[in-house]
Amino acid sequence: MDVVLFLLFASVAVGCAINLVLQTHPISSALSLIGVMGSLAVLYLLLGGEFIAAVQLIVYAGAIMVLFVFVIMLLNAGAEKRPTRKVLRTAVALPLLFTLAGVGAWLAATQTPKTDAVKFGAYTAGPAEVGRAIFTSYLLPFEVTSILILIAILGAIVLARKEI
Amino acid sequence: MLAPITTGHYLVLSAALLLIGAVGILMRRNVVVIMMSIELILNAVNINLVAFDKYLHKLNGQIFAIFVITVAVAEAAVGLGILIALFRNKETVLVDEIDLLKW
Repeated sequence: MDVVLFLLFASVAVGCAINLVLQTHPISSALSLIGVMGSLAVLYLLLGGEFIAAVQLIVYAGAIMVLFVFVIMLLNAGAEKRPTRKVLRTAVALPLLFTLAGVGAWLAATQTPKTDAVKFGAYTAGPAEVGRAIFTSYLLPFEVTSILILIAILGAIVLARKEI
Repeated sequence: MLAPITTGHYLVLSAALLLIGAVGILMRRNVVVIMMSIELILNAVNINLVAFDKYLHKLNGQIFAIFVITVAVAEAAVGLGILIALFRNKETVLVDEIDLLKW
């Protein structure tokens, strides 16, 4: 069951990611990215990250993607024309890409520990544990994050004004 | 019976997403899609963090992943603000037409 769920949602994530790169229209890319975010939330659930799965869905698939779609509509960006393909560049780049992917997969397959990591339903960290850790051991980073968000809000407002 | 899923599987998935995101940054010309590829890369990092969090049985990875998500939100907000300002001045979202600093 865990294996099937992992394989299903991992392939959905990778397929949506490839679709994101290959589509020409930005809206199609945005929808593919939502697919990636949703399947990653399921994978976090498989790993026992209950809270992070919810955050992934609410913040990424909700807030950030709404922002992206809104900006795409605001800019009225149409389908993008593909640049003409250079044969030599493709011939050099594709083998390099596959070599890199192969080496990465080989390293991950041989060098990583063979522990049984995934067990659906065996939650290690619910929201209560995460919240306690954030407000005790990680209080300072948490407060610094709030300052970061404040700066980001101010920056976005300043940048989106009319006279820049 | 299929082999059980280990941390290594998650690392392979994360590497694949990172690679696809990097290819997207290099291939696409639309700034919005390039920013989406950056989000993809940040998500790949988050998979690693949560997978190692599970492996080490500590909470640190998940907390750090939450901070990464926060930084991604801030980056998206400011980046899209910059993008709107840019579009207002240059009337384009294609990176090869934005060449003010190129000589």
